[in-house]
Amino acid sequence: MMMTVADVEYVARLARLELTAGEKELFAGQMDAILGYVEKLRGVDTDGIVPTSHAVPMENAFREDEVRPSIGLEKALANAPHVSGSFFAVPKVIE
Amino acid sequence: MNIFDMTIHELHAALKGKQISSREATVAMLDRIETIEPQVGSFITVTSEQALTAAKSADERIARGECHLLTGIPMAIKDIFLTEGIRTTCGSRILNNFIPPYSASSWEKLRDRGAVLLGKLNQDEFAMGSSNESSAFGITRNPWDTTCIPGGSSGGSAAAVAARQAIATLGTDTGGSIRQPASHCGCVGLKPTYGRVSRYGVIAYASSLDQVGPLTRDVADCAAMLEAIAGHDPRDSTSVNTAVPDYTATLKGGVKGLKIGLPKEYYIEGLDPDVQRAMDAAIETYRRLGAEFVDISLPHTDYAVATYYLIATAEASSNLARYDGVRFGHRAEADGLLDMYAKSRSEGFGTEVKRRIMLGTYALSSGYYDAYYVKAQKVRTLIMNDFIAAFADVDVLLTPVAPTPAFKIGEKINDPLQMYLSDIFTIPVNLAGTCAMSLPAGFSASGLPIGLQLIGKPFGEETVLRAGYAFEQATEWHLRKAAI
Repeated sequence: MMMTVADVEYVARLARLELTAGEKELFAGQMDAILGYVEKLRGVDTDGIVPTSHAVPMENAFREDEVRPSIGLEKALANAPHVSGSFFAVPKVIE
Repeated sequence: MNIFDMTIHELHAALKGKQISSREATVAMLDRIETIEPQVGSFITVTSEQALTAAKSADERIARGECHLLTGIPMAIKDIFLTEGIRTTCGSRILNNFIPPYSASSWEKLRDRGAVLLGKLNQDEFAMGSSNESSAFGITRNPWDTTCIPGGSSGGSAAAVAARQAIATLGTDTGGSIRQPASHCGCVGLKPTYGRVSRYGVIAYASSLDQVGPLTRDVADCAAMLEAIAGHDPRDSTSVNTAVPDYTATLKGGVKGLKIGLPKEYYIEGLDPDVQRAMDAAIETYRRLGAEFVDISLPHTDYAVATYYLIATAEASSNLARYDGVRFGHRAEADGLLDMYAKSRSEGFGTEVKRRIMLGTYALSSGYYDAYYVKAQKVRTLIMNDFIAAFADVDVLLTPVAPTPAFKIGEKINDPLQMYLSDIFTIPVNLAGTCAMSLPAGFSASGLPIGLQLIGKPFGEETVLRAGYAFEQATEWHLRKAAI
């Protein structure tokens, strides 16, 4: 068993997920099976192979540094669950 | 002929000839949607009012003599495309009430040509799935057999075309999400080359793999849709600045002398016998049409699924970090900020999305990054090199789209690895970044559609469409309609 419930809890914390006891059990087993399957990549010789992060070879795409209209306050806040004046409101960060 | 049975080209001729108005066509489609929807479940949102308004302005354009091929054509798009002022959920509870402040470029291009939006189509949550069973808004059923899945993640996009609830649709394809449902629902579906179509305004799953493409009744419609949505977009820095060919003009060039590769790794033991028979018959058809076949090898095929499920989940875990309950989407009540993030995400995401975020987070986490993520990126290079080598000798590849016809609803939902393996023939194309199309090539003994896949060189959509058109002219599979 590569994936224990404790491992699942650690990864869930990193991912900002709160899992139920049932989900932890389920994911430990399933992630174990999937990670077992991807082990096959270890058998591939990749010495000297450059990793691919993007299928089309492209350099940085630059544009002229000019002022353009942005989305605006009203539209930007329209979907926010909580708004305070012209800000997104969140629960208290510092006690 | 029923309006809802028409292709884009047929309806365009009728609109241009003033036999039908866009309003009549739109009303016919909305009626059809209402009748069929309880059996299929293709839609998350039907936009009747907006559709009638758009149809009215399309009719005005047509009256002024402005009748582009897509003007007045009723379409629907996957709910992954942002639509200004129209709810966009991406199949997720976390975006249940999200009203986008802007629209996706690809949809804007169709809209500007006068296309009429009938609604937003059902999909696997955040495009993560191969069966449309992971949608938070209910499953979609296969119009050919409603006990079967339509494929995914653009399952609603394929089912709506097959059930004649839309003349054409848009989907997205990250590991097969256009081609696999097109194959299972008996329609034409094209995944263009990465960079061919703008991803601006498309909700991101795995950004180095995602691509937008059409699902249609035939290849000519597919070419017309691609022509409309392709091209460079300054708002997507990964869209490529190369000219868009006139795909329609080259459709009829035929396949005489075309070199078609048969990758031996795709014709494996365990391939469904009905699928194998359909491929054999397709090869015979192409031979008769003058194409030449070459046996080739893509030696790293067996590693594609493993590579994909590391790269795609890693990118997803990063992309989906934005759903935190602060700026948009579902927010859970909690005392502290960290609690609020975790509760909002846990309430908002479904099981498959959580599973993929977990896998991706693990693959990127300290101590595993090189062993999993970087290793997968290196194997991705080898998979790309396989295609480059193959395309030195041939023009296109012919393969199955999926190892089996559509499976039963519920059959693979509890076994994610088996579900992932159903994308074995479509995933390598996304990793290589090239283009491929699924088109109808037969039926199983139980009457389910079987698709064949034509894989092209990067930016080789012209050749793929031309080869697909030749096949379609020589066969009648695309003319069969689901009895629904």
